[in-house]
Amino acid sequence: MPGKLKAKIVAGRHLPVMDRASDLTDAFVEVKFGNTTFKTDVCPKSLNPQWNSEWFKFEVDDEDLQDEPLQITVLDHDTYSANDAIGKVYIDIDPLLYSEAASVISGWFPIYDTIHGIRGEINILVKVELFNDLNRFRQSSCGVKFFCTTAIPRCYRAAMVHGFVEELVVNEDPEYQWIDRIRTPRASNEARQRLISLMSGELQRKIGLKVLEMGGNAVVGYLQCFDLEGESGLVVRAIGTACTLDKLSSGSAPNTNTHIHPNTAPASNACNSPSKDGKESPLAHGCRSTHNSPVHSACSSQRLSQNFSVSVPTLIFTGMGSGGSAGKEAGPLKTLLRQQTQTALEQREFPFFTLTSFPAGFLVHVGGVVSARSVKLLDRIHNPALGNTRSYKLLDWNSVTADEPETRDAWWEEIRQEIKSHAKALGCHAVVGYSESTSICEEVCILSASGTAAILNPRYMREGCLDIGSTDHRFEEPSPPSCGFCHIPYDEFNMPFPAQLTYCYHCRRQKVPDVLFTTIDLPPEASVTGKGCLIQARLCRLKKKAQGEVNATAISNLLPFMEYELHTQLMNKLKLRSMNALFCLHIQISVGENMLLGLASATGVYLTALPAPGGIQIAGKTPGDLSNEHHILTIQKRINDTIAKNKELYQINPPELTEETVGSPIPEPRQRHRLLRSHSESSDELSELDLSHGKKDAFVLEIDDTDALEDIHSLLTDASPPTGFYSCNTEIMPGIFNWTSGVQMFTSVRVLRLSNANLTNQGLNKTFTDLCENLLKSFYFKLRSMIPCCLCHLKFTVAVPEEELIQVTVTAVAMTFDKDQSQEKLTEKPTTKGSTETEEQLQFPLELSTDLSTNMQTSNKISGTVSLLTPAAKLYQNQLIMVHSAGVPESTTVSPRAASVDYGSFADRCSTWLELLKMKAHTIRRGSVKTISSLDRSSPLPEGRSRSLRSNRSFGGSSVPVVKMTPVSFLPGTRIIKYLGIINMFFIRETTSLREEGGISGFLHSFIAEVFAMVRAHVAALGGNAVVSYSMKECVLMENPNKNQAQCLINVSGDAVICVRETDQEPPSVANIGQTCCSSADGAT
Amino acid sequence: MAVELDVFVGNTTIMDEEVYQLWLDGYTVNDAVKVRMEGGVMDECEASADVLQSDTMDQYRTFQMCERLLHSPAKLANQLLFQIPPHRQAMLIERYYAFDDAFVREVLGKKLSKGTKKDLDDIGAKTGVTLKSCRRQFDNFKRVFKVVEELKGPLVENIRHHFLLSDKLARDYAAIVFFANNRFETGKRKLQYLTFQDFAFCAGQLINSWTVGALDNQVEDMDVDLDKEFLQELKELKILISDKDLLDQHKSLVCTALRGKTKAFNEMEANFKNLSRGLVNIAAKLTNTKDVRDFFIDLVEKFIEPCRSDRWTAGDMRLYLTHYTNSAHILDTFKHQVVWDRYMGVIKSCIFKMYHD
Repeated sequence: MPGKLKAKIVAGRHLPVMDRASDLTDAFVEVKFGNTTFKTDVCPKSLNPQWNSEWFKFEVDDEDLQDEPLQITVLDHDTYSANDAIGKVYIDIDPLLYSEAASVISGWFPIYDTIHGIRGEINILVKVELFNDLNRFRQSSCGVKFFCTTAIPRCYRAAMVHGFVEELVVNEDPEYQWIDRIRTPRASNEARQRLISLMSGELQRKIGLKVLEMGGNAVVGYLQCFDLEGESGLVVRAIGTACTLDKLSSGSAPNTNTHIHPNTAPASNACNSPSKDGKESPLAHGCRSTHNSPVHSACSSQRLSQNFSVSVPTLIFTGMGSGGSAGKEAGPLKTLLRQQTQTALEQREFPFFTLTSFPAGFLVHVGGVVSARSVKLLDRIHNPALGNTRSYKLLDWNSVTADEPETRDAWWEEIRQEIKSHAKALGCHAVVGYSESTSICEEVCILSASGTAAILNPRYMREGCLDIGSTDHRFEEPSPPSCGFCHIPYDEFNMPFPAQLTYCYHCRRQKVPDVLFTTIDLPPEASVTGKGCLIQARLCRLKKKAQGEVNATAISNLLPFMEYELHTQLMNKLKLRSMNALFCLHIQISVGENMLLGLASATGVYLTALPAPGGIQIAGKTPGDLSNEHHILTIQKRINDTIAKNKELYQINPPELTEETVGSPIPEPRQRHRLLRSHSESSDELSELDLSHGKKDAFVLEIDDTDALEDIHSLLTDASPPTGFYSCNTEIMPGIFNWTSGVQMFTSVRVLRLSNANLTNQGLNKTFTDLCENLLKSFYFKLRSMIPCCLCHLKFTVAVPEEELIQVTVTAVAMTFDKDQSQEKLTEKPTTKGSTETEEQLQFPLELSTDLSTNMQTSNKISGTVSLLTPAAKLYQNQLIMVHSAGVPESTTVSPRAASVDYGSFADRCSTWLELLKMKAHTIRRGSVKTISSLDRSSPLPEGRSRSLRSNRSFGGSSVPVVKMTPVSFLPGTRIIKYLGIINMFFIRETTSLREEGGISGFLHSFIAEVFAMVRAHVAALGGNAVVSYSMKECVLMENPNKNQAQCLINVSGDAVICVRETDQEPPSVANIGQTCCSSADGAT
Repeated sequence: MAVELDVFVGNTTIMDEEVYQLWLDGYTVNDAVKVRMEGGVMDECEASADVLQSDTMDQYRTFQMCERLLHSPAKLANQLLFQIPPHRQAMLIERYYAFDDAFVREVLGKKLSKGTKKDLDDIGAKTGVTLKSCRRQFDNFKRVFKVVEELKGPLVENIRHHFLLSDKLARDYAAIVFFANNRFETGKRKLQYLTFQDFAFCAGQLINSWTVGALDNQVEDMDVDLDKEFLQELKELKILISDKDLLDQHKSLVCTALRGKTKAFNEMEANFKNLSRGLVNIAAKLTNTKDVRDFFIDLVEKFIEPCRSDRWTAGDMRLYLTHYTNSAHILDTFKHQVVWDRYMGVIKSCIFKMYHD
């Protein structure tokens, strides 16, 4: 019996009125875990009950602890009739199971009801006492940490990256069981929420077991998804990257979280760290198959009999154009390297990594994007445990035979094999930035997987050490890190596809392709010219309505064309922006009854190492036609103007290279790549206009029909973001380094109903493009107060919920940056260096004061000296000041409430970095002691006003701790000091009074707000103050306006963290930080 | 092709103060969009009408969801649904409880009942305030009235604590509550020239000096009800006009002091007895609820109007009232100095405030 779970119900507030007669409520609480239930006393006639219950104790297996949520139900006692449920709270206690994570869950949780939404709040305390269990055959995997972040978490060091882990579990969907016809919608929703919570827990536990088997202790880049297959069931699947992580003492944290300057980044041989310690990671584990599911011998026959399967030939691409230039051989080294790595990786079934950014030196070369799609017909998941009775009960997982998830397993295995072989064809042994997704419509399901073929440094796989340049000099990189990853991994004489190679523009030693597409984040050490931008390709394709196999065939026939067109669009748009590489490429193809939607998003950049892109040329089919000629010229002019404008906008001014230094043979005249529409040469008359694009091969577009014309128009309609805005779907914007602390995460959903008139491919394309563009325009408008800012990690998800509906869901974060310094590349991690942002912040103006006069004097002195320095030297000066002030005795008096002191809020109010510096000096002198001040002069608010606000604030009881959320893996200007565990929540909301709730928009608006609130509450209860790597993975909306009904399912995930201002000193001891942050919430951000 | 659904939700609730004001003012979404377009937001960020429409809808929805919380502002600070920075919360509350002077002038002193609510459309039409905004303002008055009705302690403080309002706004609400409770007549034509701020000032004076709370600050309704004992004692002041000797003595004292100091001296001298009778009679009648209601109309009819017709300046008024009050202290046989001061202190400042065109 390895664990004791304890829960205490403290109080409730803002409860709804349940008794109309008295306008009050007689509330009590049921606390349930597994099959054990406890009850509190009834607190009569109160909307703010104080239960102060005893500790309810559950003695349970750790297996249950992992699978089951703690279920808290608030009810209204009724003497004569059945008690009415007010709502529930599900608490995932997984975060309490890691030794270093949260020690207690304590706080106010919204009481949630699937019909009424949030109905008041309840204050709960939860603790777990774990007993060590050394049983080798145990089923639990307590202690394995999970991270949604697709990078090595900031306060850890990867001792070893083990590789790919995956698992899936299936069940019947309670919504589609016969009993659903007789039970209330509430009961059905709750059954579903609970089931998915259980399945997620089980999935996580199983993956944890695999990780333990491999010798790891963590899963990074954990991606869990639901497939709501309707009648055929419910699939919960997850993939991730198993790692062995070591916690860094915060002193050495900068090692992992600094952005390394391209030129000073330590190459693999930069430093000889003495960390060749005796840590021999169990190699045997590392080399084991990562795939534990049984071999599916029966799969092919099964597939023939039950499933329809079509695998779509996948396009692999990195560069366009044709090669043919001979290169200097850097061969032997590369071959050696490859061999070494391969031995490490090839024993794995799937050398996949869900990570998108890597420790320096990990990524050696990048080949290009590999993807695979497969169309499947869903069939009822064969589930013997349920048998014929089909009665609903939550499954006893041990009794479910292992073979029913097999069909799904086999499907995914097929796809992964395909990916693997694609990677091989690119001369790569690994796939990074790997992800999987599905799109389901009725019984058709498209499975997709994509990633980036890459060659990795074998050191990280073999040895228990990721320290840069530890010992192995045999594999010393011949190329600098700022361009190394661009060098081709494949054999240039035996290329997998036609590509035009040149010598690297950065190191001149190795070959690079002319264009590079990847699914990973831009490596921090990569050298980039100018800024990046979001590039999207959008496409609609109509298809006939059909059933079964006919439908599946039709879809799979359409897929290659869609991929082709999406890529053409991407390539054109990339060239139009004068860029040569795409990062974070994500292509989603969504299936509906009568159409397919394709949306490709990526962030375009100009990699300094790659050649400048050629321009775009327009060619007419019939060069003789004069009127046509004129038309073409105007279009050409527009395109050239756009390119020139974009170059300026994104500050793309690559250093001019003299001819001799380039040294590489210029490829023969005009080459067209295989995506070209026609074979005609571009007409010579255009050469004049062409000059601006230099000698490079231009991308020729031929106007031979309206179709092409339409394409060109759509190319030009993409509006660039308004002044002061940038957008990207990578973590951060390439080319912006000085982020300030303003952060606004948002989710936006739009559904468009198509009228029949639009139902042509052309019309649909335009509609869809407009939809996406308008969304972006809306964001820019709404967030205009944050200028200058960048929309980061823009994630678009498309769906076709009904025949004539298109749904686009976007989650992103707007982050402010300091415009004045945006041109500079700073060597340090972006920090809060004085900010000019004007947007409001969720930060309570910190009050400091005491002996202000003396402190200000000192700081004035400091500022006096500093002001003479050039901006580049500021950072060092900062450090000097810190060192200096460390000697001041005061600074040693660290109060336990240090975490609540928020220097950042000063920064937000400072208008110049000097002021910040002063204040830094001031606060550092004071140590972490909470001080009070009258620094109102730096406040943007008029004095009188801010004072009156402050006085107002003193009433109103305890205020709610602020929790920031971001889809990015960090918060600018802060340092993550602790990961508290994964947040993975699933909610259903239903209404039978749609009109009264403000229609479908009102319904969804409040639901999304409620989901945010519940995420924040859980994070705050864990003692955290932020969620990083947040994502909304599912937002399924169904409505029936005629019946005044709607239902929505939302699944969100992220990592709960504690972060402190970068300028803060060491936080107080780990044990009490949770409470500190929580209780002194108004001090923390 | 129609947008079926369009929402935008930020982790930090995004609110535009301009849109909030339009919402408070009762504009429909379409009207608000028009106003915003004319205001020139479109030029920022290259927005189109669609973008404005969508943004306005989003914000209106947010405000509607917040409205429930604004009814008990303390909840706004510890609710979990919206993450709103404290200074924004304060702004939301302050603006929600702000009111139009033109509107409040119409309902001031009326019973905050359903009957009055029914007349709101007329008031709206008269004042140019939208019905929606009238309802919000009226409901705010009523809500504040209901809450403070049952509380002990100083009225202004109570309002500030419970509704987290600024001091100024809390004082205005105290005036509204005070007027509604005592049902002062403010609607007569002769009173039309007075603004809400005039009345609010007078209410402040009355609350500070004439209520139960002026003496004891722990009684219920202390700042809402006038001090009955004091009103009773006011009857004693009648001696100033009923005793002929006293009246003459008072007059001669005042006239001596005023002589040569003002152009209106002759009128003052001639009118002294009338004016003094007017003021003292008002004092003596205040025990009747009916006469309390007519307090302001009496002040205007019995005092302000005669003075105005004699073209007193504000300075004259100040001079006269100061000496009128002070001279009473010199009268040997006049024993009610304390009551006199308490009465005249308020009357003086009220009349100063009310004496304008």
